[in-house]
Amino acid sequence: MMTASLDATFSALADPTRRAILARLAKGEATVNELVSPFKLSQPAISKHLKVLEKAGLITRGRDAQKRPCRIAAEPLAAANGWLEGYRKIWEANFDRLDNLLDELKAETNKL
Amino acid sequence: MRNVLKVTTPTDREIVITREFNAPRELVWDSMSKPELLKRWITGPPGWEMTVCEEDARVGGTFRWAWTGPDGAEMAMSGVYHEIAPPERCVRTERFEVGCVPGGGEQLATLILTEKGETTSLTLTLRYDSKEARDGAAASGMERGMAAGYDRLDEILEAAAV
Repeated sequence: MMTASLDATFSALADPTRRAILARLAKGEATVNELVSPFKLSQPAISKHLKVLEKAGLITRGRDAQKRPCRIAAEPLAAANGWLEGYRKIWEANFDRLDNLLDELKAETNKL
Repeated sequence: MRNVLKVTTPTDREIVITREFNAPRELVWDSMSKPELLKRWITGPPGWEMTVCEEDARVGGTFRWAWTGPDGAEMAMSGVYHEIAPPERCVRTERFEVGCVPGGGEQLATLILTEKGETTSLTLTLRYDSKEARDGAAASGMERGMAAGYDRLDEILEAAAV
């Protein structure tokens, strides 16, 4: 992925409301109206956030002129953080600490 | 020698994590189920600590883990146990709560510990409702990354830009 589009992805993700919208869309598509009530924002405010997300390629919108349902687009997110790699790092750090803990527990058991 | 962690995506809806531990299965199980031990290794991102670890590990029982980070930032994960067979197998739902914003949906986590002589092999399968939900976990993963500060994201960006 080009760095320029990664920049767009990350500036779109820098806003907590937009991240929350993405988290909502991760559960399934939604129309603007369906996003208005949970976020307690005006329809124009939601539309503005959606435009940023769409421009960054993080969501796609249906063609239905009335509803234009929004869906999350997985690829830019995946490219943005190599998220599997991020995931792996979190677990690697956890399990390295678990190794140390297990060593301590084994040493304690041997003492008994 | 350090054991290697593997993360794979065998299907569109799953993430599978495997890892060996140089310890008997009972010890690994205890470390993954007793709150006082869990708190010592699932500490969250650098600068965070696990502050809540509630475990009611029986079928239908719930768990809730919460972490506190710099400037009082919080994150939490909770769920319900569906199956529990110590020290071998555990199936539970997991849902991230990010601040007061609900996270990216629910995942079904299946933990299997297999004894191999003096070592234990762990397989953790995370199953999501859809490919979108699985990939969308990136949104909440991103949120946690953000909560921990932008430093690590810089590294991720560099890696992704290669």
